[in-house]
Amino acid sequence: MTRDFQEMSATADAGRKAAMALLAQATADEMTRFWSVWTDKPEVETLRGPETGLVMVRGRIGGSGAPFNLGEATVTRATVRLGSGAVGHAYALGRQGEKVRLAAVFDALWQDDAKRDVVEKTVLAPIAQRLDEELRTKRAETAATKVDFFTMVRGED
Amino acid sequence: MSTNTQVFEGGFANPVMGAQQIFRALMDAMANPGRVFDVPELVAAPAPLTPVMAAIAATLFDHDATVWCDKSISASKEAIGWLKFHTGLELVSDPAAAQFALVKDVAAMPSFEAFAKGTSEYPDRSTTVILQLDGFEGENVLTLRGPGIKDTQDFAPSQLPKMFIDQWTGNRAAFPRGIDLIFAGREALAALPRTTRVAKKEA
Amino acid sequence: MYVAVKGGETAIRNAHKLLADKRRGDRSVPSIRLDQIVEQLALGVDRVMAEGSLYDLELAALAIKQARGDMIEAIFLVRAYRTTLPRFGYTLPVETAAMAIERRISATFKDLPGGQLLGPTFDYTHRLLDPELAADAAVEAPEERVEETHEPAPRVTDILGHHGMIETDGELPEGTAPGDLTREPLAFPLERDLRLQALARGDEGFLLGLAYSTQRGYARSHPFVGEIRIGEVEVELEVAELDFPLTLGRIRLTECQMVNQFKGSAKQPPQFTRGYGLVFGQSERKAMSMSLCDRALRARELGEDVTAAAQDEEFVISHSDNVQSTGFVEHLKLPHYVDFQAELDLVRRMRAEHERRDVQETAE
Repeated sequence: MTRDFQEMSATADAGRKAAMALLAQATADEMTRFWSVWTDKPEVETLRGPETGLVMVRGRIGGSGAPFNLGEATVTRATVRLGSGAVGHAYALGRQGEKVRLAAVFDALWQDDAKRDVVEKTVLAPIAQRLDEELRTKRAETAATKVDFFTMVRGED
Repeated sequence: MSTNTQVFEGGFANPVMGAQQIFRALMDAMANPGRVFDVPELVAAPAPLTPVMAAIAATLFDHDATVWCDKSISASKEAIGWLKFHTGLELVSDPAAAQFALVKDVAAMPSFEAFAKGTSEYPDRSTTVILQLDGFEGENVLTLRGPGIKDTQDFAPSQLPKMFIDQWTGNRAAFPRGIDLIFAGREALAALPRTTRVAKKEA
Repeated sequence: MYVAVKGGETAIRNAHKLLADKRRGDRSVPSIRLDQIVEQLALGVDRVMAEGSLYDLELAALAIKQARGDMIEAIFLVRAYRTTLPRFGYTLPVETAAMAIERRISATFKDLPGGQLLGPTFDYTHRLLDPELAADAAVEAPEERVEETHEPAPRVTDILGHHGMIETDGELPEGTAPGDLTREPLAFPLERDLRLQALARGDEGFLLGLAYSTQRGYARSHPFVGEIRIGEVEVELEVAELDFPLTLGRIRLTECQMVNQFKGSAKQPPQFTRGYGLVFGQSERKAMSMSLCDRALRARELGEDVTAAAQDEEFVISHSDNVQSTGFVEHLKLPHYVDFQAELDLVRRMRAEHERRDVQETAE
């Protein structure tokens, strides 16, 4: 592989990784809604799943030392193939099979250069916006509980 | 990972029923050494994996399984990709560290000594070796005796490892340690557990 | 003597039917929904997830409902459920430094970057029962404070670490695959990774009691809370079919860094040592107890005398799992009729022997 191609594929990977991260954090309602308004629905064949299993979540000793096994979490995954031949994958925490199947469909659609913009605008952007909003609210609520210390008396004299 | 979609296709259409059907056949085969059990072609995997070989892999392997593959299988990116996607197995390069081994090229396979035989405390920590065959109508007929066989059982796999009878006798001598063999034919499978005694069939 | 008895099928069936009826309770009271449990009994859900060792809010809520609020029974149900699922893999280690923080406090530094963030805490409440809550009064929305720039909150131990005042994060030899007690039975002595896994799923009450014992002088320690942080972290998994780690979503964790004085040894200069706690959900009592136990269990590693229960690895780890403990304690109520008959015979014979001796002694 040439260097340019490596870089290109690394960027493509980063884009798809970000897209899949948003799809994983979509709600079941969001996925159903975005799919119901998707025009020109492709033929979808399920190659695997949706199936629920476990991942062992790892932490690190002291926060950044050697890894250790903290405990498990439920995960659901699916792999689909569209009529176009594009294969999409999805993994998400929880046990929502239909949400994950649709996430895999959108992952496959995202890989199609002609569809990517529409997926970004009508599916990923609203999810990202909701997540941003939730994070902003959480930060603001937490910041309101920040302790401002006042020095009342100093004991020097 | 190749974007070749072959890797993602051809798993069990119904994973629970499919795996149960193959598992049942494997149990029957282990309980009746050398007897050939017919199984339908339930999966389709990239070459060189045959449908029966791949179905056994999809039935027995999961994320916790350590598996060694011979050269002709590990050389196929598609075959390895298929196995990883459909079973989650962990590939190992040392056959002695493998719970299972997949062998396509039976004549060139490592000696039985190369695989894990388990320990006296845990004889189950041994390698189950799965051999891919053309069928069970080979020229050399073996006579099998032992648990699960009433008197004798004829067994004629189309391919056999080198010095098979000597190697198997050595494997028997280590009992309760030792490897077990599964033979994946075409639309059929059979097994040889370590308890079975093997001799060349008298003419 | 072996006596096989059979019976009680109808009694068992009817007992379970009665259990279902009592669980539902008065039918004129609305049935509790899982989302109500998740939202309003959130810390109970968190405890079931932590000790059930399975992160799934809805399953934990179902377990609590099915167990009629019996937490150990609920944890048992979750543990049983997890055995029915296949394992897809091990995640990348979560980055608690990149946590979306909901609470973060330090008892060692007042002015730390990122500040002291109290979050939704019971601390400073008056512990007075609230009749308004009983009357279901409307609850105000929380205050918000929008900050121009979001100040990152580095870990306190990283701040101390710069000056060599505190030991570095716990390392294990390069290439050590973390032990997994759900796959291999425990064999003592354990490495710290396996101890932490066991403590993370250990019973909160048991670990709390042991942690308290270290403060009362059983295993001398003088701990400070370096930092407690609660919030969500991203979970990532590497899968065979993709070249990059996938984000699976976010989970809430509580992390506690306990800082302990250490006099130093022949090998090490005096410095602060650390105990670590990491727990599913919001549970700082558990995370603090875990970090105190973790530190106490490092006695041998740090060349300290092992004198107290909390320092005894076999004792702590073997008895910290409440599913295992309850299984063994509660099995005593199952029929032991034959065992007891044998004991009864034995005691009768000993009594007869005893009486015979008495008679003899009197005669002499």
